[in-house]
Amino acid sequence: MEGRQEAGKENKPSSISVDPQGDSSLQVEISDAVSERDKVKFTVQTKSCLPHFAQTEFSVVRQHEEFIWLHDAYVENEEYAGLIIPPAPPRPDFEASREKLQKLGEGDSSITREEFAKMKQELEAEYLAIFKKTVAMHEVFLQRLAAHPTLRRDHNFFVFLEYGQDLSVRGKNRKELLGGFLRNIVKSADEALITSMSGLKEVDDFFEHERTFLLEYHTRIRDACLRADRVMQSHKCLADDYIPISAALSSLGTQEVNQLKTSFFKLAELFERLRKLEGRVASDEDLKLSDMLRYYMRDSQAAKDLLYRRLRALADYENANKALDKARTRNREVRTAESNQQLCCRRFERLSDSAKQELMDFKSRRVSSFRKNLIELAELELKHAKASTLLLRNTLVALKGEP
Amino acid sequence: MESKSISAPVIFDRSREEIEEEANGDVFDIEIGVSDPEKVGDGMNAYMAYRVTTKTSLSMFSKSEFSVKRRFSDFLGLHSKLASKYLHVGYIVPPAPEKSIVGMTKVKVGKEDSSSTEFVEKRRAALERYLQRTVKHPTLLQDPDLRQFLESSELPRAVNTQALSGAGILRMVNKAADAVNKMTIKMNESDAWFEEKQQQFENLDQQLRKLHASVEALVCHRKELSANTAAFAKSAAMLGNSEDHTALSRALSQLAEVEEKIDQLHQEQAFADFYMFSELLSDYIRLIAAVKGVFDHRMKCWQKWEDAQITLLKKRETEAKMMVANKPDKIQQAKNEIREWEAKVQQGERDFEQISKTIRKEVGRFEAKRVKDFKTVIIKYLESLVQTQQQLIKYWEAFLPEAKAIA
Repeated sequence: MEGRQEAGKENKPSSISVDPQGDSSLQVEISDAVSERDKVKFTVQTKSCLPHFAQTEFSVVRQHEEFIWLHDAYVENEEYAGLIIPPAPPRPDFEASREKLQKLGEGDSSITREEFAKMKQELEAEYLAIFKKTVAMHEVFLQRLAAHPTLRRDHNFFVFLEYGQDLSVRGKNRKELLGGFLRNIVKSADEALITSMSGLKEVDDFFEHERTFLLEYHTRIRDACLRADRVMQSHKCLADDYIPISAALSSLGTQEVNQLKTSFFKLAELFERLRKLEGRVASDEDLKLSDMLRYYMRDSQAAKDLLYRRLRALADYENANKALDKARTRNREVRTAESNQQLCCRRFERLSDSAKQELMDFKSRRVSSFRKNLIELAELELKHAKASTLLLRNTLVALKGEP
Repeated sequence: MESKSISAPVIFDRSREEIEEEANGDVFDIEIGVSDPEKVGDGMNAYMAYRVTTKTSLSMFSKSEFSVKRRFSDFLGLHSKLASKYLHVGYIVPPAPEKSIVGMTKVKVGKEDSSSTEFVEKRRAALERYLQRTVKHPTLLQDPDLRQFLESSELPRAVNTQALSGAGILRMVNKAADAVNKMTIKMNESDAWFEEKQQQFENLDQQLRKLHASVEALVCHRKELSANTAAFAKSAAMLGNSEDHTALSRALSQLAEVEEKIDQLHQEQAFADFYMFSELLSDYIRLIAAVKGVFDHRMKCWQKWEDAQITLLKKRETEAKMMVANKPDKIQQAKNEIREWEAKVQQGERDFEQISKTIRKEVGRFEAKRVKDFKTVIIKYLESLVQTQQQLIKYWEAFLPEAKAIA
């Protein structure tokens, strides 16, 4: 199925606050997107007065794999070890939606033409919503990079934004995926090992607190996200249920006795409108709640990764200390051990300083994002409840007025 | 040989009969309540006893308010008695609620969980609706068995309730219907009213079944929504506990509270969906089956009259033959039989006219009641939906300042 979107700022479900400071010397957005058979092509538009770029305004077309390549490049770069790397956008996934559309096409002959048209409408709206979300996720990723004073200066980032040709980064093959999977296992094992290492003292209360906090927070936000998803699904289910109910009421209306005709027709209309309202409740909860929780689940994982890197650096520092002591005792290769120890020390201190700043930014980003979304969620819920009440009351007045 | 045109006579002007019944309305001052389900006994012999309370100002009852204890099989027994007396002469006898082996076994075995409580409540409500419908029927109200059911402190135990369940009666009705169809009755329906009505009820039945199925799905999904909301509320509370920014933490706890209240709302709405909307539809699906049964009885009645006419013809033929063959004693026998069958033909005609008249009245009364029922329930149901939305507004309005307070 084809889909296009002109992603202007109005369309964006901006559930994530990107840049508290606001700096316009590098502006990135996804100005267009096309969904083809099995991939999405994003048009990344950059506006910048930075001297590095050849032009002040330019666009390139990128696919999901290229975003992942960029993300991985940042993660693997030692220079950014002390920073929270913005989480990679999730892969565009239209499978479920496509399957449903296909099933609808295969047809259930018991449904009327109107019902079919409505269900098709619902599914198309769902497809469009997923499409818009994937665009937003990819855009937010780039915008966070552009807003970060250090990350925005990365050479790979410039290449990503400017290089007109395909970056030739194919998707990860099975070996690489497995490799990534194993790396994660090794990382967790390593982390467990480091923390149980004797003599490794967390000298800084701040980091001790952050570690405990992030561990628990990440698990709980993941839970909340999953359950918010289920609530949203239930609302969608309910909205879908109204379709056959409305259709059945309509056919009852056509063949009923006169005294009940109008009642049934009005009820049919009511359920059709309630369906639309219920659908909006579902999509608003999706955007303001589920998506926000999901994003901060990923962001908190990125923060955890940062803490792990710092811990690793601390362990390396400790090991270097031990090695230096040993070298001094044996009086062999003391200079090498000394310089290595100094390197580790500097690295650890550099990481700690930047990590502290990053974690505080994470907190303020998180708080302002939650605030914005919870307010918007409450306002939208109120809006829909008031609209439903009005609709129901009008119907009641009309029905009670019947002889 | 006489050729008699065998056709149903057009006796009554169709609309007059129906209008008459609609105008009478329900002026019967009697209300029935079924309450206080109580488990009696233990193990597989246990049963639920329900309190049946009657409030009335009708003079036929000795008191204005009284109650008795009845068990489910008593209701089935009542229905079977009424059905056997009134169905075949054209009265639409309201069907009793369905038996449920699974549901009842859980209760007997003593499972004190929400599903058996729900089952008992569902049954209680259904029994109440059943009695209300039965007493609102002017003819059935006069029946001594019904009065005994409502008034007597002791009721002889109804036996063989297998055959007496609503489903059992319906099976009987359906079998009769099939038999009738198989007879390929070419009933010359010169009264189009009956054919029309039958078709209308057939269509109504189909539509109601479709609607009922979709409403059942709605009930199911609303219950799921309630459960999922409750689960989310818990996880939001946990998240609030973890959150180290004080104001955000408080807001998240508030969100959890709001979601918990909303889960309750959804549950209550699911009950309304079920008891008001879904049960109304399933009641009427079964009532319409009773209506169809009554139409089929009329067919059978017609068939009986038709058979009598055919037999009379044969007897006359026999008489003629005997006259030709000059057998005086056989002639006398033939004449006797002719008289017998003439009487049967007359009775057949009277019965047919009577059942046709009764059915017209009954359908008029039924439709008037149906319109009233549907209108009342629809309004009540919509009011429940309004209630839910108003509560939602209350909850979110209380939450909004909490969200804004996040500094």
